Amino acid sequence: MPDIQLEVNGRNYEIKDIAPDTPLLWVIRDHMGLVGTKFGCGGGYCGACTVHLDGNPVRSCSVPATSAVGKKVTTIEGIAVDENVLHPLQEAWIEHDVPQCGYCQAGQIMSAAALLSKNTNPTDSDIDAAMSGNLCRCATYIRIRRAIRTAAAKISGNTMGTGGSV
Amino acid sequence: MNQTTAQDIINEMENTSTGILDLRVVDRRTFLKLTGITGTGLVLGYTIRDAVSPVYAATQDQFTANEFVRIATDGKIYLYSKNPEIGQGIKTAAPMVIAEELDADWADVIVEQAPVNEDLYGRQSAGGSRSITTSWDQIRKAGAAARAMLVSTAAKQWGVPASECRTEASSVFHDASNRRAGYASLAMRAAEEPLPDLDSLPLKKRSEYKLLGKRITGVDNRKVVTGQPLFGVDAVVSGMRYASYLKCPAAGGSVRSANLDEIKALPGVEDAFVIEGNNEPTELMPGVAIIANSTWAAISAKTKLKVDWDETHATHASWSEAQKNAKEAAKNSQGELLHDIGNVDEKFAEAEKSYEAYYEYPFLSHAPLEPQNTTAWVHDGKAEIWSPTQRPEQGAESVAEILGLERKDVEVHQLRVGGGFGRRLMNDYMCEAAAISAQAGVPVKLQWTREDDMAHDFYRVGGFHALKGAIDKEGKLSAWQDHFITFMGPNKKPVSGGDMRASEFPVDFFPNTRVTQTMLPLRVPTGPWRSPRSCGIAFAVQSFISELALEAGRDHVEFLLEMLGEPRWLEEGNIDAMNTGRAARVIKLAAEKAGWGKPMEKGRGLGMAFHFSHAGHFAEVADISVYENKKLTIHKITVAGDVGPIINLSGAENQCQGAVIDALSTTLGLQLSIENGRIQETNFHQYPILRMDKAPDVAVHFIESDARPTGLGEPALPPAAPAICNAIYAASGIRVRELPLSRHGFSV
Repeated sequence: MPDIQLEVNGRNYEIKDIAPDTPLLWVIRDHMGLVGTKFGCGGGYCGACTVHLDGNPVRSCSVPATSAVGKKVTTIEGIAVDENVLHPLQEAWIEHDVPQCGYCQAGQIMSAAALLSKNTNPTDSDIDAAMSGNLCRCATYIRIRRAIRTAAAKISGNTMGTGGSV
Repeated sequence: MNQTTAQDIINEMENTSTGILDLRVVDRRTFLKLTGITGTGLVLGYTIRDAVSPVYAATQDQFTANEFVRIATDGKIYLYSKNPEIGQGIKTAAPMVIAEELDADWADVIVEQAPVNEDLYGRQSAGGSRSITTSWDQIRKAGAAARAMLVSTAAKQWGVPASECRTEASSVFHDASNRRAGYASLAMRAAEEPLPDLDSLPLKKRSEYKLLGKRITGVDNRKVVTGQPLFGVDAVVSGMRYASYLKCPAAGGSVRSANLDEIKALPGVEDAFVIEGNNEPTELMPGVAIIANSTWAAISAKTKLKVDWDETHATHASWSEAQKNAKEAAKNSQGELLHDIGNVDEKFAEAEKSYEAYYEYPFLSHAPLEPQNTTAWVHDGKAEIWSPTQRPEQGAESVAEILGLERKDVEVHQLRVGGGFGRRLMNDYMCEAAAISAQAGVPVKLQWTREDDMAHDFYRVGGFHALKGAIDKEGKLSAWQDHFITFMGPNKKPVSGGDMRASEFPVDFFPNTRVTQTMLPLRVPTGPWRSPRSCGIAFAVQSFISELALEAGRDHVEFLLEMLGEPRWLEEGNIDAMNTGRAARVIKLAAEKAGWGKPMEKGRGLGMAFHFSHAGHFAEVADISVYENKKLTIHKITVAGDVGPIINLSGAENQCQGAVIDALSTTLGLQLSIENGRIQETNFHQYPILRMDKAPDVAVHFIESDARPTGLGEPALPPAAPAICNAIYAASGIRVRELPLSRHGFSV
């Protein structure tokens, strides 16, 4: 079984002796100990395992780790500026008190972060299109949408019309 | 198959009386030893005696220590949350209650999950929407007692009467002498104070609340959004191996043989073995365990397992068969009498009109997003468990039982639960992890897959109602009859979640009411699913009331209010009973907020439904357009609820919005097919939980009263399905009597 090198959140990891079909998800969770990325379905249906590969959202349960070699992997642990300065989406999630159980939220934020990195002024249908791969069993969708709008406004410097706090 | 356990769970959840608090000062050193809590500052220790609940009757004379408040000398205030956090927000709400009585500045508060010890804490489960209501007095007094000790300390220091002192923002004030002392500076001396008399402790009135009723973001939110370890699945133990477990796809089957040698030869696999189990679905069913060096190795090896199942005692249930049998039963029998109030036959004989309809709802899965998992380390006669569970104490007892250990030798750490919905009231996965660790001799993390979870749930039972109503000459409902067709569990009782109680609308208040019951055989494990019973029954009953109103040529809201009669508690002094006045108020509020009665464009309609469950009064109005090809637009769902005072307005709204969208999701497209004892749906592509692009606006309105607050995890769910179906009828003239809507070609 091969050894692979992966760059995750700007850090290089060497993973030894890995089954070639191992999904990126399990390398991130089991081998690197980054547990923010969640296992939900194993089939790419729920989006709980969403990470970025070179900035694009992928379902890490359905991507072999080997296919991430030579690419930049970003997980929920890697999107804040530092410990004190969170990503605007993380801030907005706290401000709007989005989570219920919270299990899907890392994946939700990663999908939203990929959207906002390309489009800081998304319409409702842009948001729906970017987020419809992520299930929330607790159904916090109303707040997710609101938090994305707040973060988008903050990123684009327009704080008008973001509507309320939590 | 024994399902008494699962039914007992519902009984326990819903009937657990509020514990009577008997607080005593325990020796401080003993207390610290008992709780294992270290640190400096004021620790409040007292004992709890629950003299009421039969569940804890065995321990009613035992006095043990408890702890909710710790004030550190650095100004941090640690508050302990005793119930599992499953997404219902208790880890934020319960400490808010303590902080309110303590007058702690919320910014100083750090919330910790309490250790699992029901002798210390009383009830530590999450179910039946009971956490707030059963601990309301206990935790308020915990905060108030700590406050009184701090006030007393400051008063002594200043040489002033305690009655002249007040508290605010983690400080004691003596305004006359313009003095202020922070709690941190008082903590060490306060620890020497005797515990005040808890019965005479003044508790705040609702008008005095500063924190309760505000919007407070969840205490774990920062960890959630930054991906810190938090959930059961995030547990890591030194030397831990990874395990998977395969059980017979038809419940009750056992292992005849398996290709264990082939499995053991797979890369990463370290061991594979058969577990015989104790044949209790809620504990340990037979199966094959695989131990590997990674989760992937364990779960991918499981797909290569070939097991020869012995299905002699397994279920061969078929849902399509059950549907046919239920229709036959509705046609050919009256059922066994369950409730018979007033004079139903006479009213039907006198009726101007009688009207009947047949309703049906399917089996459902809980499908929490975090698949079942537990980390267990069984060694040297002890078991240590890390698990996402709604009932940690019961899990510990089960683990002790299956491993032949004493309860005291099992320690369960309750970790955040990635969705409960009732599924994790059963600790089968915890028992499996413990049994696997015991047999393998290593610490293991058992990881179920989504497929395991869909195949081995304790499902929401499907049900059938042959309903009949009598309408008198004045257009009033004069008699109500429900032939409820459900499934039989052991002891000839209905299966868990499949019973009809007198508290179910409108049985306990409508003057001429008859409920009969037929129980069909269907051996599939069932259990409590968010708003057990009411989650299905409300659809049938509240849709039918709308049908009756239309049949009588009456307005649904007016008809419903008339049914409720005079405002009254149905059981005086019981906060968990329905109050027809509270019911009427939420119905009127929902109607008003949704614009009930306003003219609607063609193809668009409003549908109303009320239901009382889990001590919550909820009325909801759906605003829906029905287009060609039965395409739906859900414009808005308006919710009006009364659960007494709101603890955390943000969390409360979130629960209601979530419950309503959960119900919409279920109503639109969720159902399980069961053939030859096997659930046919395997993952989310066949179990289409609603996604964000289809989620409607949900407006939530609360009526806050001074009644004891009750829970919000469940009661907003039941009215949504009938409100949606009543709106579809109003918009299109199509009456849906079988769920989900997708069966009848509806889509969003």
